[in-house]
Amino acid sequence: MRKTLLSLATATAALALATVAAEAKVKACFIYVGPIGDFGWSYQHHQGALEMQKNLGGEEQVELAYLESVPEGADAERALERFARSGCNIIFTTSFGYMDATNAVAGKFPDVKFEHATGYKRDHANVATYNSKFHEGRYVQGIIAAKMSKAGVAGYIASFPIPEVVMGINAFVLGAQTVNPDFKLKVVWANTWFDPGKEANAAKALIDQGVDIITQHTDSTAPMQVAAERGIKAFGQASDMIAFGKETQLTAVVDNWGPYYTERVKAVVDGIWSQVDVWGGMKEGHVVMAPFANMPDDVKAAAEAAVEKIKGGFEPFTGPVAKQDGSEWLKDGERADNGVLLGLNFYVKGVDDKLPQ
Amino acid sequence: MFEAIVITIATAATPILIAAIGELVVERSGVLNLGVEGMMIMGAVTGFGVALTTGSPWLGFLAAAIVGALFSLLFGFLTLTLVTNQVATGLALTLLGLGVSGMIGEAFVGQPGVKMGSISIPVLSDIPFVGKLLFGQDPIFYLSILLTFGVAWFLFRTRAGLTLRSVGDNHASAHALGINVIGIRYLAVMFGGACAGLAGGYLSLVYTTQWIENMTAGRGWIALALVVFASWRPWRVLAGAYLFGAVSIGQLHAQALGIGVPSQLLSSLPYLATVIVLVLISRNRRLTMVNTPASLGRPFVPDR
Amino acid sequence: MRLELVKRPQHSALFSALSPFIALGLTLVAGAIMFSLLGKNPVEALYYYFIDPLRETWSLHELAVKAAPLILIAVGLSVCYLSNNWNIGAEGQYIAGAVLGSSIPVLLPGFQSWIVLPLMLILGMAGGAAYGSIPAWLKVRFNTNEILTSLMLVYVAQLFNDWLVRGPWRNPQGFSFPGTVRFHEYAVLPEIWPEAGRANWGFVFALVAALLLWFMMSRTLKGFEVRVLGQSPRAGRFAGFSSGRMVFFAFMVSGALAGLAGISEVSGAVGHLNEKLSIGYGFTAIIVAFLGRLNPLGVVAAGLVLALTYLGGEAAQISIGVSDKAVRAFQGMLLFFVLACDTLIHYRIRFVGARAARAGEAAQNV
Repeated sequence: MRKTLLSLATATAALALATVAAEAKVKACFIYVGPIGDFGWSYQHHQGALEMQKNLGGEEQVELAYLESVPEGADAERALERFARSGCNIIFTTSFGYMDATNAVAGKFPDVKFEHATGYKRDHANVATYNSKFHEGRYVQGIIAAKMSKAGVAGYIASFPIPEVVMGINAFVLGAQTVNPDFKLKVVWANTWFDPGKEANAAKALIDQGVDIITQHTDSTAPMQVAAERGIKAFGQASDMIAFGKETQLTAVVDNWGPYYTERVKAVVDGIWSQVDVWGGMKEGHVVMAPFANMPDDVKAAAEAAVEKIKGGFEPFTGPVAKQDGSEWLKDGERADNGVLLGLNFYVKGVDDKLPQ
Repeated sequence: MFEAIVITIATAATPILIAAIGELVVERSGVLNLGVEGMMIMGAVTGFGVALTTGSPWLGFLAAAIVGALFSLLFGFLTLTLVTNQVATGLALTLLGLGVSGMIGEAFVGQPGVKMGSISIPVLSDIPFVGKLLFGQDPIFYLSILLTFGVAWFLFRTRAGLTLRSVGDNHASAHALGINVIGIRYLAVMFGGACAGLAGGYLSLVYTTQWIENMTAGRGWIALALVVFASWRPWRVLAGAYLFGAVSIGQLHAQALGIGVPSQLLSSLPYLATVIVLVLISRNRRLTMVNTPASLGRPFVPDR
Repeated sequence: MRLELVKRPQHSALFSALSPFIALGLTLVAGAIMFSLLGKNPVEALYYYFIDPLRETWSLHELAVKAAPLILIAVGLSVCYLSNNWNIGAEGQYIAGAVLGSSIPVLLPGFQSWIVLPLMLILGMAGGAAYGSIPAWLKVRFNTNEILTSLMLVYVAQLFNDWLVRGPWRNPQGFSFPGTVRFHEYAVLPEIWPEAGRANWGFVFALVAALLLWFMMSRTLKGFEVRVLGQSPRAGRFAGFSSGRMVFFAFMVSGALAGLAGISEVSGAVGHLNEKLSIGYGFTAIIVAFLGRLNPLGVVAAGLVLALTYLGGEAAQISIGVSDKAVRAFQGMLLFFVLACDTLIHYRIRFVGARAARAGEAAQNV
């Protein structure tokens, strides 16, 4: 019995080898927290991976492997170890919850490069971290919202109170206040990244309470569709959602990971990879605004001016900024410290919500 | 604003109502099918796909119901013909449905679907406050009300309904009276499957017009809870579905109003409410006994 | 023509032994068809699913890590189901155990001693048992359907844990991300053989629990009581057994083991409490319990097989790009076939023509 199994094993292993005709130069591996079919976070990472493969010469040059819907607990460490042992040269771990697993496995495989998205731990020399300044896009959205809104109040469908989401809410308000100092924002916490039904309900609840612009920090296209039905405007999230709201989407903050992935995998091929902590924004091309649509030319011009300003080095979190209770946070001209931003857990003035603590 | 909120509640309640009414008939015949979630998601992916290729949401709904019924046959064959454990078989059906729908649906991700629009009757739909509510919703909403009415009438006003209930209450004596127990249960299971499929179709064709993996997000389980919550009475299922819809929409409104209660507590309200109502209803033992199908979940093999 | 079941006078020993293998064989065939339909080489796919993960030591350790919570929860559930109590909410009890067990390292970080870990494990079991006793109490006191209450309580537990790790228990040095502080060394469940792989003592707990419950079910009066009350509460009452007490017993045993699984997972494989704790072990364990035919030793085998499909699913995804959805479809099929084949133990299957069947019935009625 044992012998038969073994011979079967060798036969199939030989078969498996035969199917990989030519050895690619580099093997890049990706681990996703959701299904690549979510059309949101994981989908965009996968698009970035595919773009990277294309940029670097296709399948003959870059072998691509991925695992989707990997839970962020004990399973992640196993999945990463399997990657490392299967010959991956560089592994991208694309969710915050993979932080400990990434560092644990990186310690065991010093020759493999690890890139962890949105985290802050780099325990070993072969771990880099990367993230995007999505809040830059939110700031631009805020400007557009304040110019487009007649009610002077927008609705924000939020997922979970982590710093990135809080930063987005604050940046949106700061952008809006440059146009209308009294602009208000209503927030609903959906407590999910991804539940189309619940997101749709949240959008409806916000609209019924009088907001006339919807923006979301959850992944599905449902809020966009609700906005389209109710005839108000909305912003897309993570990817360009114009197909779901041709007359509704003003713009979207698009997570554009392709350039970063291309750069980093190429660095491995060229043998010049080194540890970094990258927080790229519009300037680096990591955050891209979907084409401005469904707005008058003057609003479009204001939005484009804001984009240029940010590309020129402007940080939305620049004083004077007051906290929600009115106390001073940033003095005139003072830029927020990156460390504070990455752990942000309070609102700025103008948010009509109590931050869950 | 009041009308809009009620319509939102109706949209949230309709899919769980349809699925629960189907499951109610299944359970009244003495079968417990825990595979509602799996049948629903199969209906959602089929309905979306068919509507997308043919351009007709009606065909989408038809296909969703047919696939739901066919998928439930798998459950029927195992539990009725091969007398396997109903709890485990239902769970297997859910698992299979979630997996298979994900594979089928890979091609549909990121595509805007075809929406079943709302009807609009001139004059009537424009009546203030209730016009849109009564005369301006999607056709499936009216179907769900008709379905509730039809099932209530069928179960308690027709001979066939009496037969079905007798099969659920005591399959041995029903069999002794010459009733085809297994045959009736097959029909009930398929009806439940068709309803679950339809409910799934509602999610991908009306609720949110798109296909996304796992988009049922636990609504099949809520439907199951509703049936017991309603102590196997169709009109109470309707009331329960709308109550559940109201609580889940209400918590979002409470948040948008900016009251400072942890959102997790608000999110858990629908579940806690279900437990409390279940307790209140089952406290009255006599009442529950009258309505509970006595043979629920028990396998039946004709003696020979 | 139709299919007819004929009850065997005694259950078939032959099919008792054969049915799991027939089921596995059928699953392999159906799986091969599925993979061919997906455009993959079926032999290759099955090789990655079932053989590749068993080739290396580290991977065997991972198998133990994945199987441990499944087995722990499923052996408890199998006792519960045999007593005719339908606990569907093991996931909630798993969370309750993890939360209560974690309270020591989180709330008393200064309390560092060898006694911390045993206390955590005990608290974990207590938490699971206490949470499991809620649906039990509702069932006994108010006659409430336990399937639904236990299920609803899962969502409540998930949200409570979510609130804890984002709010009061959040690691102050964690950049406002959810999750508690990492546990100190006395609060970590050690690995059995750290040089070889990650398997921790949770797997040993699972094996011990399976053995103990197997002994209880087959050799003690309590096991007899479980079976009698499960098959016929009336007969049980005549024998002097209390069905009310049995409800509590069944829920608390399964709850305690689910709680132990929860705290073992948190202090062993993960190392701190976070909001990602609940990934459906409590539901998958229901399948494991039935795959193991509600026999504690069978559950061990079933847990290992199911864990293997997870590992194999990953191997197949990496190597030949089989979608992860295939794993779930595969598990569903496996369970279907096991359930269907078990019918053969108690029944013979006969194919009869419609007329022959009616004639047979008529003959019997005479």
